[in-house]
Amino acid sequence: MEVPRRMSGKSVKDGSGTGKSVGLFVTCLVNTMRPRVGFATLKLLEEAGFEVTVPAGQTCCGQPNYNAGDREAAKDFARRFAREFSQFDHVVAPSGSCAAMIRVHHPRLFDADDPDKELVDAVAARTHELTSFLTDVAGVRTTGTATSETLTYHDSCSGLRELKVKQQPRTLLRAAGAEITEMEDAEVCCGFGGLFCVKYPDISGEMVRKKSDEVVKSGAGAVVTGDVGCLLNIEGALARRNDPVRAYHVAEVLAGMTDDKPRNEDDA
Amino acid sequence: MHVTSDKFSDNARAAIADPQLQTGLFVFGKIFPLLREATVGKLPEFDALRDAAKDIKVHTLNNLGTYLEAFEARVEEAGGRVHWARTAEEANTIVEKLCAEAEARNIIKSKSMVTEELELNDHLIGKGYNVVETDLGEYIIQLRKEKPFHIVGPALHLTAGQVSETFYEAHKPLGRTEKVEDKVKLVEEARIVLRERFKQADVGITGANFLVAETGQVAIITNEGNADLTATLPKRHIVVTGIEKIVPTLDDLSVFLRILPRSATGQETSNYVSLYSGPRRARDADGPAQFDIVLVDNGRTDMLGTPVEEMLRCIRCGACLNACPVFTTVGGQSYGSVYSGPMGSVWTPALASVSSAAKLPNASSFCGKCEEVCPVRIPLPSMMRHWREKEFEAHLTPAGQRWGLGIWAWLGRHPSLYRTATNLAGIGLRLMAHTRNGRRMVTKLPFIGSGWTQSRDLAAPPEPSFLSQYREGRRR
Repeated sequence: MEVPRRMSGKSVKDGSGTGKSVGLFVTCLVNTMRPRVGFATLKLLEEAGFEVTVPAGQTCCGQPNYNAGDREAAKDFARRFAREFSQFDHVVAPSGSCAAMIRVHHPRLFDADDPDKELVDAVAARTHELTSFLTDVAGVRTTGTATSETLTYHDSCSGLRELKVKQQPRTLLRAAGAEITEMEDAEVCCGFGGLFCVKYPDISGEMVRKKSDEVVKSGAGAVVTGDVGCLLNIEGALARRNDPVRAYHVAEVLAGMTDDKPRNEDDA
Repeated sequence: MHVTSDKFSDNARAAIADPQLQTGLFVFGKIFPLLREATVGKLPEFDALRDAAKDIKVHTLNNLGTYLEAFEARVEEAGGRVHWARTAEEANTIVEKLCAEAEARNIIKSKSMVTEELELNDHLIGKGYNVVETDLGEYIIQLRKEKPFHIVGPALHLTAGQVSETFYEAHKPLGRTEKVEDKVKLVEEARIVLRERFKQADVGITGANFLVAETGQVAIITNEGNADLTATLPKRHIVVTGIEKIVPTLDDLSVFLRILPRSATGQETSNYVSLYSGPRRARDADGPAQFDIVLVDNGRTDMLGTPVEEMLRCIRCGACLNACPVFTTVGGQSYGSVYSGPMGSVWTPALASVSSAAKLPNASSFCGKCEEVCPVRIPLPSMMRHWREKEFEAHLTPAGQRWGLGIWAWLGRHPSLYRTATNLAGIGLRLMAHTRNGRRMVTKLPFIGSGWTQSRDLAAPPEPSFLSQYREGRRR
């Protein structure tokens, strides 16, 4: 498992989604802000029996440009993404937001007669958010490690509404032995919203203040979510109010990688 | 339409800092959605009705001219008149002419968003007419010279104390010298004052929730009954409405009658549902002698065939406002437009201009809750994104943001530089971080990041980027 598998010479997959090769899209925020989520995802996918490759040429799904109205740049990101991930049976991202961008929005960017349309659509159809991939596609019933902490789950908006990710992470967390105590308004936006949080910091700040109130009121020891954007937002608000409640990505909890200590790179 | 959305950020900040206003917002953000959920839950066919409503609207918009002409013919058969207004100016001039024809002095109105859009009151008052709103909430904000806070509850943000103060000042010249504080008494006072207005009125102006092409009827759906008094007491009834309110048949109307009150206020039905079909007939005991309908375009036909055409399905229920975490944080008046919240963020740029309203479609986290609750399934986030694209194409996007997006797109084309840049960002954050509660946190970010650290910290990445570690051979 230590060597990345070469996927050379494979043609574009037809979308039947029965094979074992997975292209892991680590997303910008995972890559930069929370690399451990990427390694946790890698571990979960490999333990589920998939052959995971991290394409070196991957960058971003194009969401910042798309949502800012920069459609041409977004198309460019989508085209590159489709080419980079074309050879896998499945594409998995530890993010509802980026997976929804690829799965739902990439196909919308291209007209029917666009030469890239077919490839973009095919890759989009094989792209999944991590927990929905594990439960809905791979049929994984149990994975990961039990945790002694009580958790509360924040439903990230894009995963929830565009990909219908709701029960999947809860099912996996419970199967791993975690106790979930639901907060009020678990489905209400935390105020991250990509560039929204820096374009309208006052509104975003107030939204995440309300969200962190609910997290604290739930009495859970940690808040768990499926998107690093929401995670950093809620974590940052909790830290600002000196609250000891921790914030984890669902992959970190399932992979037993919730240790906050910096990792010793010699372990690799 | 006068738009002051350039002040959105400042207005929002003030709204967040106003505890009284935040209490009012609780009603919209919590109580209305709970009521909606409860009544929708009791109607298993609600989603099917939404699909039907959407289909009816799509069909109608594809045949808009046909249905509007059929409507006009039926109205004329019943003895009414239909007037077509391309712009706000034309609409206001037509209404003014109709009031002059009736030799009116006193005009009463029932709440109507399209007349707010046209700024009809200002126009008529400028021409010397007395114009009084008769919906309680609308009356209060008229006295306070405010814009509606919400399309369904225009004054729900105010406390009884504020209303008491407003009434005391406004009603003093009418001889009411006692300051009333009790809520029931306040309503009673409004009723007494407004009763005189109803009695004196020469013209009644209402909006319309729906127009029925098949019968030439105007459907008005309210809870206070003031619209019915406005429509029936004065000698002339003028209906001012947008052309998109048309539906083909009474059967079609019945679909909307089931989804509108549930979406708006969580009611199974509203207190009053009235259909008006022209002036008083010989055998009628009462009703207006003249019945005029002003069909307002004001930018609507320009939306046909564009990516925001679907917005013309909107039935002004306000469900998207109540569901929106931004609206329920900043309130309606922050938007600087009579149409606020998600629906307003699409309507306002369409009716005014992208350049004057660019802040509004950006004031969304794209959480998608508005689309989830919209009874006619308008893809509101996609429509807002459309306006952001128009803003970007017209080079109206703030320069810093444009520049940043350009660099990001360039990094996207150069994966090795993307990896270097993301690594450098991590190093930068680690340098700025200090220990807080045992974790390395950044508490003050420069430039665009300063907005973030205004109200939250940022956990610094404890290690180099995933892609660089993976490249070095780390797998677990």
